[in-house]
Amino acid sequence: MTNTLSISPTRAGAAAQARGNKAGSARPPWEEPPTVVGQTVKGLTLIGVVAVVLVPIWIILVTSFSTPGAINRAGGLVIWPDGLTVEPYREMLLDPTVRTSLLVSLGITLIGTAVSMAVSVMCAYGLSRPRSFAHRFLLLLLIVTMFVNGGLIPTFLVVTDLGGYGKYWALILPSAVSVFNILILRAFYSETSGELIDAARLDGAGDWRILWSVVLPTSRAVTAVVALFYAVGYWNAFFNVMLYMPTDSQKWPLQYVLLTYVNRGVGLPGSVNAGFGSAHAQTAPLSLQMAVVVLTLIPLLIVYPFVQKHFRTGVLTGAIKG
Amino acid sequence: MDDHERPGQGRDRPVSVQQSQDTGRPVQLNWRMRIRRDRTLLLMTVPSIALLLVFNYAPLFGLATAFQDYDPLVGVWHSQWVGFDQFRQLFHDAQFWDSLKNTIYLSFVQLILFFPIPIVLALLLNTVLSTRVRNFIQSVVYLPHFFSWVLTITIFQQMLGGAGLLNQYLRSHGMSTWDIMTNPHTFALLVTSQAVWKEAGWGIIVFLAALAGINRELYEAAAADGAGRWRRMWHITLPGMRGVIVLMLVLRLGNALSVGFEQFLIQRDAVGHSSADVLDTFSFYYGIATNNYSYGAAAGLFKSVISLLLIWGANKLAHAFGEDGLYRK
Repeated sequence: MTNTLSISPTRAGAAAQARGNKAGSARPPWEEPPTVVGQTVKGLTLIGVVAVVLVPIWIILVTSFSTPGAINRAGGLVIWPDGLTVEPYREMLLDPTVRTSLLVSLGITLIGTAVSMAVSVMCAYGLSRPRSFAHRFLLLLLIVTMFVNGGLIPTFLVVTDLGGYGKYWALILPSAVSVFNILILRAFYSETSGELIDAARLDGAGDWRILWSVVLPTSRAVTAVVALFYAVGYWNAFFNVMLYMPTDSQKWPLQYVLLTYVNRGVGLPGSVNAGFGSAHAQTAPLSLQMAVVVLTLIPLLIVYPFVQKHFRTGVLTGAIKG
Repeated sequence: MDDHERPGQGRDRPVSVQQSQDTGRPVQLNWRMRIRRDRTLLLMTVPSIALLLVFNYAPLFGLATAFQDYDPLVGVWHSQWVGFDQFRQLFHDAQFWDSLKNTIYLSFVQLILFFPIPIVLALLLNTVLSTRVRNFIQSVVYLPHFFSWVLTITIFQQMLGGAGLLNQYLRSHGMSTWDIMTNPHTFALLVTSQAVWKEAGWGIIVFLAALAGINRELYEAAAADGAGRWRRMWHITLPGMRGVIVLMLVLRLGNALSVGFEQFLIQRDAVGHSSADVLDTFSFYYGIATNNYSYGAAAGLFKSVISLLLIWGANKLAHAFGEDGLYRK
């Protein structure tokens, strides 16, 4: 561990004038100037932590853009760009299984998130108004499911009994409601000012109208965070596929393709003499495999920066007030 | 549930319904009137409740299969009841005991090696005064939480697997290779480091919040009294985090039997089931993959019951420490 407790961009001399300064980078009045050793140890630790996350992603990214020659020269994974090409991506997107799975994943994620959000926002608002009829009982009904559930097999039997085997809805509806997410939303909706809502009501707005025009606009940040949680859940799900459509590769989402072709090293059906599932299938070239990995990351990396700054508020309200 | 509440105090319930027109004083509403008043709100909760009833409550009845010799052709209603036969068989199954042992062992390793890391990281990050540096580090360490297990394990495989970066380096320097990804003996360390990589960053959020909630004047007063940074950490920072730490510990202990399903499912074949099977994968493989649904359901029910006891026990423990735990005493 370190023997100092602060990294500061300000020089030690600035500490004295930091008192009363509200800027986030100012040294609080009780802090001693950091020691050199402590500062170094802490800096290196933090750089290490960041590197552990970013370096593998970087290597995979660079490898996915590399020519077979560059990969051979590097003896496997490429660490520094050397002969970049978009050929792996072109090849990957020409593969019918990958293309279909991308569409399936996007479809499930978009439809699933829309369904989940509609249902959860309504439920959260419905339970957020103080002293409404039976809201405590309904809330209890929700919370109980966080601790007690039938488990894997009874749930599987219910879904298959309802005819979910091989159907896309089996990948969406059983996981459409996340009680945790509803609690996050509800905590925020409960905070919407009562006066604001009273005023809207006097203007003749009903509950639907209030939800849509008053409550939702005042809680955009948390709505975005919860939508991201749901979307990530749908995008990442592979276990439901394993349960409900393990054999039909035409219906697989991207994560299952990733699992099969990259993680388990089964050949891509599009490549030479590689009938799917055949033990002799040729493994796809590494750059192509890494392109599939990157493909599963892209949507997240697009959305992440916009939502990331709201995480804290979202998660905390859910965790602590909920 | 609500009947003892006095009407007329609803912050945003319609004024006209709650107050008498002539006197302006509250009138008693009976439940019919309250349902009428709140019908829109109730309607809004219907879809969620319906989904939960179908996919969360209905399976509870499906637990009956654990006491049957379930036959998919005739369904739960007409399958033969066998009482505790499935459980008897389960308790004589060496593989079941293996998976239980693995679950407890893995859970223990994760508790020891995983649990303190987010706390230490949060303490460390909390001392970074530059908001820009801090925000950058935070957005980087949160990121893996949003990766799927498939992706996380693929990344580990590319870095540490037989054909991965580490072994590539070892080979090119003439050293013997070391395949971490398929070694049953170091599997516990492997899955724990995967869990740390994926979730430790996300885990710091609650601790950072607890840190932010500590009254800054306490530090100032302590510093004025001559307490150095380590004393301040010991006497102010750590007590300030205590509630959250206990809460997280309770949650962790309560989930001790859920060590991470997908993570094990994906790696089970590479490592071998005798060291990679946990209760969840046991229930899956011996239930669904072999169509022996009742057997799998019995294993699942066993797990649920023990888990509930664990949550209850952990919560008692939290109360014994004078903390709130999951709910107040």
